[in-house]
Amino acid sequence: MSWGLAIWASALALAAAALAVTRDSVVHALLLLLAALVALGVAFFALASPFAGAIQLLIYAGAVVAVFVFVIMTVEAGPEARARERALLSGAWRWPAVVAVLAFLPMLVGLGGTADGTPGGVGAADLGLLMFGEWAVATELVSLLLIAGMIGVRALSRKGRDGE
Amino acid sequence: MTGLNALLALSGGLFVTGLFGVLARRTIVLQLVSLEIMLAGPALAFVAAGAHHGAVEGTAMFLLVLALAAAEVAVGLAIYLHLRRHEGGGDADATARLRG
Repeated sequence: MSWGLAIWASALALAAAALAVTRDSVVHALLLLLAALVALGVAFFALASPFAGAIQLLIYAGAVVAVFVFVIMTVEAGPEARARERALLSGAWRWPAVVAVLAFLPMLVGLGGTADGTPGGVGAADLGLLMFGEWAVATELVSLLLIAGMIGVRALSRKGRDGE
Repeated sequence: MTGLNALLALSGGLFVTGLFGVLARRTIVLQLVSLEIMLAGPALAFVAAGAHHGAVEGTAMFLLVLALAAAEVAVGLAIYLHLRRHEGGGDADATARLRG
């Protein structure tokens, strides 16, 4: 596959992300987040990493967005809520924009000048050998993190002893 | 500009877009959406660098970032629902006082 398609899909993801963080409706922001995540999945396929692309589509664009959908049912989305959201954003976007630009500039410093080739393929078999061989400790730590998250969610969603 | 450099610049752009969202938005759900965008930027950088060097470690790091993002969004949304039930607001400023 090619760098060109990956760059195009990533630029699409960046545009969708920029729209997502400036919407006044939570539902629109979530749909644009979904568009950005799917575009990134396309970029991963174009980078000859089909396993990363499939995982991106299944877990990010599938599971994570589904969890968000369950939660935005509790968010009020009427016109007055959107107007309030717009007022909040229009009052507070300048300093965050300055911080974002200042954080972005150093990232551009080291770029430029490396040789270009076609993206090399990354196979799922090699990935499994790495994750469950050399990096087994990291994989175990990730499972520990997920269990800690699960216990935390259970503790947070539990009804309090005093019936609150 | 070569392909890898363009992708790294785009991933930096995704990161700062998410950073802007986290700083500028006050609604907790939108801050969590921005955090997802922030984590997607490094994920793209890892996969692009892995593809550039033909190394499998980039995709492995992407999987670790993905697990982190999944745990973060689960706990974050649980905290949001908890605050919503007890304080009745989805605003980060209204919940500046953390008390169990």
